[in-house]
Amino acid sequence: MADTVAKIKIACTVNGERRSVQAYPMARLLDVLREEMHLTGTKEGCGEGECGACAVLLDGAIVNSCLVPAIDAGGAEIRTIEGIAGGEQLHAVQAAFLECGGAQCGICTPGMVIAALALLDRYPHPGDAEIREGLAGNLCRCTGYQKIFASVVRACEARPAQPEKKR
Amino acid sequence: MRANVPSYDLRVPENLPEALALLAREPGTWQPFAGGTDLMVLLEAGKLAQKRFFSLAKLAELRGIEVTADAVTLGALTTYTAVRNDPALQAEFPLLCSAARETGGIATQNRGTLGGNIANASPAADSPPALLAYDAELELISQRGARWTPYHGFHTGYKKMQIAPDELLGRIRLPRRARPWRQYYRKVGTRKAQAISKVCFAGAARMEAGTIGDIRIALGSIAPIVLRAVKTEDALRGKRITPAAISAAQECLAGKIAPIDDIRSTARYRLRVAQNLLEEFLLQLAR
Repeated sequence: MADTVAKIKIACTVNGERRSVQAYPMARLLDVLREEMHLTGTKEGCGEGECGACAVLLDGAIVNSCLVPAIDAGGAEIRTIEGIAGGEQLHAVQAAFLECGGAQCGICTPGMVIAALALLDRYPHPGDAEIREGLAGNLCRCTGYQKIFASVVRACEARPAQPEKKR
Repeated sequence: MRANVPSYDLRVPENLPEALALLAREPGTWQPFAGGTDLMVLLEAGKLAQKRFFSLAKLAELRGIEVTADAVTLGALTTYTAVRNDPALQAEFPLLCSAARETGGIATQNRGTLGGNIANASPAADSPPALLAYDAELELISQRGARWTPYHGFHTGYKKMQIAPDELLGRIRLPRRARPWRQYYRKVGTRKAQAISKVCFAGAARMEAGTIGDIRIALGSIAPIVLRAVKTEDALRGKRITPAAISAAQECLAGKIAPIDDIRSTARYRLRVAQNLLEEFLLQLAR
């Protein structure tokens, strides 16, 4: 066997757009998004699934893109931070982060917003414990978390009531 | 140092026969890749020695949770999220749901699989103690056929398992018990969220008029493998829960586990905590 494998075609939907790129099968989805698709909103923090800075939605479920091999993105629907706002119109979660000071240096923010979206998808009206659990996979070194927590609470208040669903 | 990604192969068999054929053709060459929540960490750290993998992503046979009169059977690709959310598991196998809830964050739980947790064979894995407490059985499949084996005894040493090079972990079966057992699970880590265990304890027991009718005790992070404390179980079976019985069991446990000093904790701390968790479990049974 040769020392290197061939790149493969990865066709997927990213933020509603059909995309097709060539990537090594074991390349990290994080690197494919940033370097091949130039979607640099998704950040790299720890590179080992601890910090959540690279979180994206893969077929609706939050994942750390540093731990997803490119090949698993084939045929998938991916949402990154670039696909959260509707044009110039911020998503309620983004607006709440602005309003409550939920972002400081900004490195953790894309992952935090994705985690908040995933949380609100599971629990439209989460309790304190659910919010804490929903954000537990995302580390922030600036805010002390209180303002991020407050941002999520604010985002819930801003959303219309919906029936609970569990995933 | 980061790994050289182009040197890693990751094939995607379309179905189970194709995957088993790959394993049979070059036994030991190809390793299964499930959620990747541990393998991708090793890859990024440049510590992934194995170079050739095959993804289990398309193997529908390895998915799903089936409930029958005798057992709940989980496909090896069942994620922690699926475990957490399954009503049958919540009702009868809460230790497994606790383990799933306390493994990593939500993003890891969406990707990580029960089969991966077993076959990755970390002594610090959190679901294996629960599986041992439930007398879980494993289905190992190959081109030669399928066989069921008790999970207890599957791990024989650090990262060593009773699995042939052409075999794949297919399903995990949890026998349903006639009457519910009292159950206890506690993971002790540096912090509550996202920590790797210093000690993990799972216990289950059937009480009969104040005495222990039957009991299972299993611990993680206290030996090269996740361990079932059989001698400690023997010392407790048929006993009433008295201070003397608890002390005797704690002493027995100390002789059977082999905790080490490492980056996460010390042998001394792990031994003490393991004994304390045993006491807490037994005191709960006595209530």
